[in-house]
Amino acid sequence: MDFYAEELISHYEHPHNKGVISNSDSKFHEYNPTCGDDITIYLKIKNDIIEDVKFDGNGCSISIASASMLTDFVKGKKLSEIEKMDFKTLKELINIDPGPARLKCATLSLKTLKGAVFLYEHKPMDQNTKNM
Amino acid sequence: MVSKNDLSDGIESVRSDFPIFKRRINGKRFAYLDSASTSQKPKQVIKAISDYYVNYNSNIHRGIYNIAEKSTSMYISSKEHIAKYINANSYNEIIYTRNTTESINLVALTLGNEYVNKEDHILITDLEHHSNIVPWQLLAKRKSAAVDYIKLDESKEHLDINSIKEQLEKDPKIVAISHASNVLGTVNDVKEITREAHKHGSIVIVDGAQAVSHMSVDVRDINCDFYAFSSHKMFGPSGIGVLYGKEELLENMGPLYGGGDMIHTVTHDTYSWNSLPWKFEAGTPNIEGAIGLNAAIDYIEQIGIQRIAKHNMALTAYLLEHLSKIDDITVYGPKNVDNRRIGVVSFDIKGLHPHDVAQVFDSEGIAIRAGHHCAMPLITESLNRSALSRISFNVYNNYVEIDRALKAIKKAKKLFKVK
Repeated sequence: MDFYAEELISHYEHPHNKGVISNSDSKFHEYNPTCGDDITIYLKIKNDIIEDVKFDGNGCSISIASASMLTDFVKGKKLSEIEKMDFKTLKELINIDPGPARLKCATLSLKTLKGAVFLYEHKPMDQNTKNM
Repeated sequence: MVSKNDLSDGIESVRSDFPIFKRRINGKRFAYLDSASTSQKPKQVIKAISDYYVNYNSNIHRGIYNIAEKSTSMYISSKEHIAKYINANSYNEIIYTRNTTESINLVALTLGNEYVNKEDHILITDLEHHSNIVPWQLLAKRKSAAVDYIKLDESKEHLDINSIKEQLEKDPKIVAISHASNVLGTVNDVKEITREAHKHGSIVIVDGAQAVSHMSVDVRDINCDFYAFSSHKMFGPSGIGVLYGKEELLENMGPLYGGGDMIHTVTHDTYSWNSLPWKFEAGTPNIEGAIGLNAAIDYIEQIGIQRIAKHNMALTAYLLEHLSKIDDITVYGPKNVDNRRIGVVSFDIKGLHPHDVAQVFDSEGIAIRAGHHCAMPLITESLNRSALSRISFNVYNNYVEIDRALKAIKKAKKLFKVK
């Protein structure tokens, strides 16, 4: 079946960057109430560059695979680049068109990542180093 | 896999009444296994709605001309038909709303506001969908009252009888309970619960959204005070629902909306209400909806609700039997196919998210539901799952579609390498 490309299934079965960063600089949780998918993203940030990123949570193949591919993609990227990312970037990254029904599954990780970046940028500096 | 192509009593022929099944989805014959969400519509219903617009479109209760008299009489005969179908005393007890949700909210916002006070109890169950939870949560919040839940028994298939007794001891002002669960397929003994609740002085509202197209409903036999359901789950159009209420209760309730039709007289300073059922129907109603619903009940009666129930149960038994033979599948809800069950089967495949299951089904042209089925507390708190897959039947489904569903499950397991 076209929808479930081999690469997507492989990322779902063996997701990259899955886990927790205990001394993260920012952490954000998002939840998709229609299907119960939930994802938390942890960021290590240095000089406005994503040094390390991990995600944790549960979800369908589309949400987990897109989180896996997205976290691979953003490592080493500037925060300003993350802000510019949109659905189009994500679609190219995961290489499928999820269609309207699965749009929220596919974009959950990006939404979470943007939340983590936003939180980092809108917080007093002294809190950035705290373990959240 | 042994497959029967049709049912011995010939109900299979009704499938041709549903134009949508001529469609192909993803190159496959369209199989619709999501009737608990909404039913498909027979051509008789579609024609009745189209006939209204083509031949006698006009507002009701006002025009002194031929077609307005026709539309008014069609609207009223729809109510009369509903009253007869659920065995209400008269159509005075039949209020048209948008859907089950609005029917329940109407009770919560009128009688609920009058009747429930601080520290009172409202009793619902662990089996409810959001439309029979949230209106009561909102009411409880307005009144500083409490919402209590009748728990499921250990099997997680039926309500716990001890929990019913225990909760009724609090003398709840309102008991709101589903006739049949949209997740588990469980049919609750609403007659017995109503009898017990009345001993405690409770007002009982039954949510019949799932029940109406699966079993005969007799509101006077149940003796509930209110019964709510939607047209769209019983082959009728969406946008119209029903609230049945006992006449003496409705008489004493204030209206929810003000406007045309719900008034008797209006002056600059005063108003007086219209008689039942119009008191609760402000403004131009969903006329084509009422006409379509009338045609839907004609359709159900033409086949016979008992035959529909028998058909749905036969399909459910077949599905449950075959699901039990597949590894890594958990089926929720009653495993026995009897009168305590309707044709709704929720299941979970180990290692597979329901959205992925539904997507694989879709690739085979089969529509099923995946998610929390608008019953989050039941799924996440009582069953401890984040989402489930659900197959649900109605009169147009057949064994071939179940065989295709079982094949789709195998395909999904293979694709995601579930052993």
